[in-house]
Amino acid sequence: MKLNFPIFPDQASSMAWHVDALYLFLVLLTTFFSVLIAVLILYFAIKYRRRPGHVAQQIHGSTLLEIVWTVIPLGISMVIFVWGAALYYHMERPPSNALEIYGVGKQWMWKFQHPGGQREINTLHVPTGRDVKVTLISQDVIHSFFVPAFRVKQDVLPNRYVFTWFRPTVPGTYHLFCSQYCGTKHSGMVGSVIVMTPEDYANWLASGKAEGSLASLGEKAFQQYGCTTCHRPDSGARGPNLEGLYGRPVRLTDNRVVLADDNYIRESILEPNAKVVSGFQSIMPTFRGVVSEDEIMAITEYIKHLAPQESNPLNNRTTPTQIRDSEVPNIQQQNKEQNEQQQQQSPQGTRPANPSGKKP
Amino acid sequence: MSTATTTPVPVMPARHFLNDNYGIRSWLLTKDHKRIAILYLLSITVFFFIGGIFAALIRLHLLTPNGELFSADTYNRLFTMHGVNMIFFFLIPSVPAVIGNFVLPIMVGTKDLAFPKINLLSWYLYIGGATFSVLAMVSGGVDTGWTFYAPLSSGYLRGHVILMAVGILIVGFSSIFTGLNFIVTVHRMRAPGMTWGRLPLFVWSNYAASLIMVLGTPVIAITLTLLALERGFHIGIFDPKLGGDPVLFQHMFWFYSHPAVYIMILPGMGVISEIVPCFSRKRIFGYAFVAFSSIAIAVFGFVVWAHHMFVAGISVYSALVFSLLSYAVAIPSAVKVFNWTATMYKGSVQMDTPMLYAMAFIGLFTIGGLTGLFLAALGLDIHIHDTYFVVAHFHYVMVGGMVTAYMGGLHFWWPKMTGRMYPEVPAKLAALITFIGFNLTFFPQFILGYMGMPRRYWAYPPEFQVLNVLSTAGASILSVGFILPLFYFLWSLKYGEIAGNNPWKATGLEWETTSPPPTHNFHEIPIVTKDPYAYGEEEEEVPVVH
Amino acid sequence: MSTSQTTTTEHHPALAHQFDSMEQQQDASTFGMWVFLLTEIMMFGGLFTAYLIYRIKYYPAFVAGSTSISVSWGFANTLVLIGSSFTMAMAVWSAQTSRRRLQIWCLIGTMILGTVFLGIKGKEYYDKYDECHIPGLGHQIIGKPFNTTGGCSATNKDLGNISKEIRERAQNDHEEVSEESANQTADQTQIFFSFYFAMTGLHAFHMIIGLGLLTWLLIRATRGHFDSQYYTPMELGGLYWHFVDIVWIFLFPLLYLISRHKGGI
Repeated sequence: MKLNFPIFPDQASSMAWHVDALYLFLVLLTTFFSVLIAVLILYFAIKYRRRPGHVAQQIHGSTLLEIVWTVIPLGISMVIFVWGAALYYHMERPPSNALEIYGVGKQWMWKFQHPGGQREINTLHVPTGRDVKVTLISQDVIHSFFVPAFRVKQDVLPNRYVFTWFRPTVPGTYHLFCSQYCGTKHSGMVGSVIVMTPEDYANWLASGKAEGSLASLGEKAFQQYGCTTCHRPDSGARGPNLEGLYGRPVRLTDNRVVLADDNYIRESILEPNAKVVSGFQSIMPTFRGVVSEDEIMAITEYIKHLAPQESNPLNNRTTPTQIRDSEVPNIQQQNKEQNEQQQQQSPQGTRPANPSGKKP
Repeated sequence: MSTATTTPVPVMPARHFLNDNYGIRSWLLTKDHKRIAILYLLSITVFFFIGGIFAALIRLHLLTPNGELFSADTYNRLFTMHGVNMIFFFLIPSVPAVIGNFVLPIMVGTKDLAFPKINLLSWYLYIGGATFSVLAMVSGGVDTGWTFYAPLSSGYLRGHVILMAVGILIVGFSSIFTGLNFIVTVHRMRAPGMTWGRLPLFVWSNYAASLIMVLGTPVIAITLTLLALERGFHIGIFDPKLGGDPVLFQHMFWFYSHPAVYIMILPGMGVISEIVPCFSRKRIFGYAFVAFSSIAIAVFGFVVWAHHMFVAGISVYSALVFSLLSYAVAIPSAVKVFNWTATMYKGSVQMDTPMLYAMAFIGLFTIGGLTGLFLAALGLDIHIHDTYFVVAHFHYVMVGGMVTAYMGGLHFWWPKMTGRMYPEVPAKLAALITFIGFNLTFFPQFILGYMGMPRRYWAYPPEFQVLNVLSTAGASILSVGFILPLFYFLWSLKYGEIAGNNPWKATGLEWETTSPPPTHNFHEIPIVTKDPYAYGEEEEEVPVVH
Repeated sequence: MSTSQTTTTEHHPALAHQFDSMEQQQDASTFGMWVFLLTEIMMFGGLFTAYLIYRIKYYPAFVAGSTSISVSWGFANTLVLIGSSFTMAMAVWSAQTSRRRLQIWCLIGTMILGTVFLGIKGKEYYDKYDECHIPGLGHQIIGKPFNTTGGCSATNKDLGNISKEIRERAQNDHEEVSEESANQTADQTQIFFSFYFAMTGLHAFHMIIGLGLLTWLLIRATRGHFDSQYYTPMELGGLYWHFVDIVWIFLFPLLYLISRHKGGI
């Protein structure tokens, strides 16, 4: 029977058929058990229907049966759990070397910025065959970035970056929905993801009016807001050097180690005294209300490009818990030791000040 | 079934709880749990129909993809009000406050609940909360969604959020006091000989639900209070602009709201555990397992809340834990379904209306519960979260499950409450219409959800229209199925066949007293010596199989 | 199926109809009160959890906030409330041992101490109002917007100036904190104060209800309702009052004591 309306979504990403496989398994499982129970109760209702001379048999129960029908569903559940967990683990960890696009959700539209500076509203062009990582933030309430054809969804939060990724496989135009209720025009916060072949995508990129790459926009903002005053590579700088910072672990004044990711950079711009790098004072002013979300994304992109080319084994870790404490140098300690050595050589020396903020 | 020598014609008792006292004061100031149950019955029926009207309007609106019937703001209010009314003012009180209030004390063999005045207070709190809710609705309504997520509800919407939050807070206390009453009654007021192992499973289920009511509801109370403070006084708890964390709201909200769904379903399961043995003339299969499953569901229900938050920005590791636990909580429900089915095996089954509803429950709850497994699967939930798949899932368990169980219970205990039988033919017809209408309404929504249609959408892409039309067609049939009982139940009050003490020949202490029961439930306090569900003991000798 | 059980014909006037004996009534009532207190624990627990989460998130601001509320008054309140729990326990004991006059005096003592507690709380709230530490938009009602950076009073730049306090304390520790950083921390204390008022406010609300309950108990005690045969309401009142005391025992360290900067009085 051919229906002239769809009953199954398009499969347009590398993960789509993996997700569909689990779905179909669950559909079969559900159908099996539902039909089984339905048939059993109908069958029992008919076969053991009340009629003269027919008496019910008083059966207390059967511990064996109880165990069987506890253990088997438990086993099946564990299979489903592991399957779903494996998919999730893969889907929630964006691969490195992905094409990075930034997205901002606001009531009630989506804005995207490509690394080459191209901007889009409510549409997102992506190429097939490449991993695409979308970094998302909201300007107001919680939204959710949902592309059914990719089987991808991620709630978009205010004040915090979140990520999602996908690898498109089939060119076409697919729905983009906001799937977290966000007010009046929640259902109007929709758009299209336009998947193109790599050649078409390159053409599209070239044709757009870009004011320069996102990173160069970020560099301009970095200078415009006076960040270079303190964040310089020389040793007398009042702020930490940002070259090679992105993706590295950082030791803070309270001896915690955190990863310098997008959220870290954003927090450092908006709430600088939350995490102060060891060896520096907390003198950085906040730029909340001064810098826009778009500019923060551009600056982040710029800082990512400040990475020196040599590979750092620590870069592959994605959470601070994976970084051994001994691997992260304590710059403050090193400075202290250097200063003490200098002090022993010359009587006058200044101790580096510790900013306030005791260890919890 | 063996025919007795002469079955006496049932008569209405001369004095019973309904005619013992007359006048509005005797009802509004009653301490009798049975009268309070009737008060609740009337109140929640009103709210069921209010919520139902909102549902009808939603489905009508969704006939076309372009949002032609209502404006977006109105539509957003409609689904919010539908959810809030159905959950807080209908589902949560339904079985406990109506059926539980009525039969639980009788089932345990006592004259009333432990704290009758607090029981009445519970009802007044319900009415108080409902008043605020109606006030909020009448002044224009709220459009936050029943989940009230911050910062949308605390900083961005202009509806009467605080009014509605106060209403829910008050009705929450109604729920807490009902649960408290049940817990103390079951612990301290059982009749002599009524050990825990002789309690009907309806009592076990309501006891488990009461545990959740008492432990979980206060958390929503504090969450709503903080939300109201944030909204009213602009302090930063959940809004990041004021330094707060929106995901904290979700944790606090779901910490109650997930166990809340077990508050809703457990009493319904208790009803099924009473109906199936009675209409199979057979003791329940695996009594202890069903009883402990109720407790297990209550306990596990408290540790799975973040399965509503898999894409909300929680860590991968935390999501793994919550997914695993969510599978654990599904198992006791499955055990119950198998036990009910096994109870029918080699029984002597009669498909009267309560049994029809019970069988529908078993089938529909199975589907609903199994679709929960889809949602608990992390990788799959990413796709189906916040789509119509979720809507279909919870309507299968809540309407196909809970409302069906409530209707089954109403029919089962109606003769006990009123002394009259409902008319069987219209009742069976209504059950059938409900079943068909329900499936037609909600099954297409599974497909819509997987296709990607998000929840709470005022307008949708045109390719989703056919399924939406099917769903609305189903809703129109479903509404008939729900309206019919209103008529024939009312009819039965005057013209229904007189029921007598035990029209169903059921076991349970409530069937030993008159229909309707006397104000003090028993003329003499019973002493319990038998196991529950002692069906078949008066019939011919049958070898008992263990 | 069942045989009847004769009910006792004589019973205490305070025996409610649903109970079979005074013992059952006492038992069930106290059990019910414990269950109710469990719900209260869940409610305060939710609030405490949120508080602890934000304490970790805004640690320096919470240190500054804790230091800015008076630990002396808080300690005084703690003593007052513990004292009132003692008088309440005495009241219950007096009822259990049929000492009518002592019951009444102990109840009155509890109520006085409870009122003293509320009075001290009121004074603390007034201080916060004066120092412009009341968060949120309440300023439209109370007239003093939240300000912790010296803008509270035109004449006294030090009033409620938490930013300055942070810098001074840092200097005493031979550390340096920039004005910028101290201002940021001082701004964040708004969240601390939001929780301070929410937690102590909810507690005070429960105390006020408690005073109402005590009033009712006092009236009944003066009428001689309570003795060794029947003292259930007193016991329930005692349980409630002790619970309110215990909540304070948690509040006091959480708000006033933990990580309080040394030297802050």
